[in-house]
Amino acid sequence: MTDPLLPSAAIHVAIDRQLLDACAALQLLIAFAMLAQRRIVSLVNLLAAQGAVLAAATLLLAWRTGQGHLYVSGVLTLALKVAFLPWLLHRLIDRLEVRFDAEPALNVSGNLLAGLLVVVFAFGLAQPITHLASTAMRNAIGIALGVVLLAFLMMITRRKAISQVIGFLSMENGLFFGAMSATYGMPMVVELGVALDVLVAMLVLGVFFFQIREQFDSLDLHHLESLGERR
Amino acid sequence: MKTAALAAQLLEIAVALAAAPLFLGWLNQCRAWLSNRRAPSLLLPFRQLRKLFHKDAVLARNASPLFRAAPYVVFGTMVVAAGIIPSLSARLPLVAAADAVALVGLFATARVFLSLAAMDVGTAFGTLGARREMMVGFLAEPALLMVIFVASLISATTALPAISEHLATRTLTIDPALAFTAVAFTLVLLAENARIPVDNPATHLELTMIHEAMLLEYSARHLALMEWASQLRLFNYACIGFALFIPWGIATREIGPAGLALAVPILALKLAAAGAGLALIETVSAKLRILRAPEFLATAFLFAVLGMLVRGLLGAPPSP
Repeated sequence: MTDPLLPSAAIHVAIDRQLLDACAALQLLIAFAMLAQRRIVSLVNLLAAQGAVLAAATLLLAWRTGQGHLYVSGVLTLALKVAFLPWLLHRLIDRLEVRFDAEPALNVSGNLLAGLLVVVFAFGLAQPITHLASTAMRNAIGIALGVVLLAFLMMITRRKAISQVIGFLSMENGLFFGAMSATYGMPMVVELGVALDVLVAMLVLGVFFFQIREQFDSLDLHHLESLGERR
Repeated sequence: MKTAALAAQLLEIAVALAAAPLFLGWLNQCRAWLSNRRAPSLLLPFRQLRKLFHKDAVLARNASPLFRAAPYVVFGTMVVAAGIIPSLSARLPLVAAADAVALVGLFATARVFLSLAAMDVGTAFGTLGARREMMVGFLAEPALLMVIFVASLISATTALPAISEHLATRTLTIDPALAFTAVAFTLVLLAENARIPVDNPATHLELTMIHEAMLLEYSARHLALMEWASQLRLFNYACIGFALFIPWGIATREIGPAGLALAVPILALKLAAAGAGLALIETVSAKLRILRAPEFLATAFLFAVLGMLVRGLLGAPPSP
């Protein structure tokens, strides 16, 4: 494999590529694990793990390409998605007293098979983009797209509010990973903006959880689907 | 050359026959240690086999010839499988007889005969066990085939010895595809050999058992052959795993006494490690409800397909 970026250190390039590919594969694996996981606490831990893999990939890519802003976004990912958001979610779970809640009526095998189809679709979709891109991680675009669609699928199949929010955060991780593998990350301003958005969304949704529970005595979102006064 | 290859083949089968009960004994020892019990002797499976061979066989009155033939068929297929799988050497004469897909077929043949024999006498438990076994088998087989397809994709052949030779001689890389398939294979191994998350080999509690329920009607030499066959199946699965995922140490080039002499202790080392690992998995996990078994095997299938997808998308890992 020829690599346009660092022609000097051939062996390092190979090891780097392998590690980046392993990170991409791990992202996909964690996305599937989230799709199959029933327990909310484990979901939060998986989200933190996904963030950690993302941060590792970002820092590795930063070191590899020498792009300064990737270091910043890597550290930001580490602080926000590995430390702060999971901590916030854990606190929310404690205060809502849903620590031992599990998703009811979740067809795990069916979900996993649907997930496989979605990933095959994403891979097919990403094929032309992969040919156009010239980055070192262009092969991972398909995986990033797969992660996004899997997070989508997770949001569709879940009924609890917290699981849906975790799906949303996981989707953001996938988008970030996709941007990184297609163009070495978004411009700094956009990245900071998205990070702030996610943070604010998380805080607002945290308030929402309490409102939803106040109203319906549960975090099950199918209560929101019926209109009218009757509960 | 011809006689040397034949000798290597016979040695491999003999080693398999001797090592299979030892492997089970070692696995049971490790499990006993991990759960703070006094471990039984390493040779206990041998002693049980000898005891069973010395007894007189009792058959149910309405047992058909199939019931009597099944132990020999099951044992025979396992011995043939042991001859095909490259546990000691990758250059064996029997290898031309079957590739990895045919090997899966051999395991399926054994399973069909085992289940038919269990249903033959017509007791409720035998039928129950046979049905459960078929359910587990029909879910585990696609996963096993997928595992083999990924390995075949990497080395462009379905012959197991050629696959392990290819994997052993290429440069060492971090290969997520192979890592995923290794996990898938471990899950299939646990399910197919009636180990703990799917079946409990130590229990005779009627409502939870699968494999033991099928053997309830057998006695003496028939039971001994069945037990030995299931020990061989575990050994064979372990050796397929070694051939695919840790192929180093199998004699690949010319068959000589030196290569084989080196391969035997390496195989013993791998078996010891695999036994300890399996015992650890079994000790830390609880038995699944039978209706959760499809979920377990869907996970195995998922891992194997993920291996294939990752391989297809990321391509071969770049080598230095």
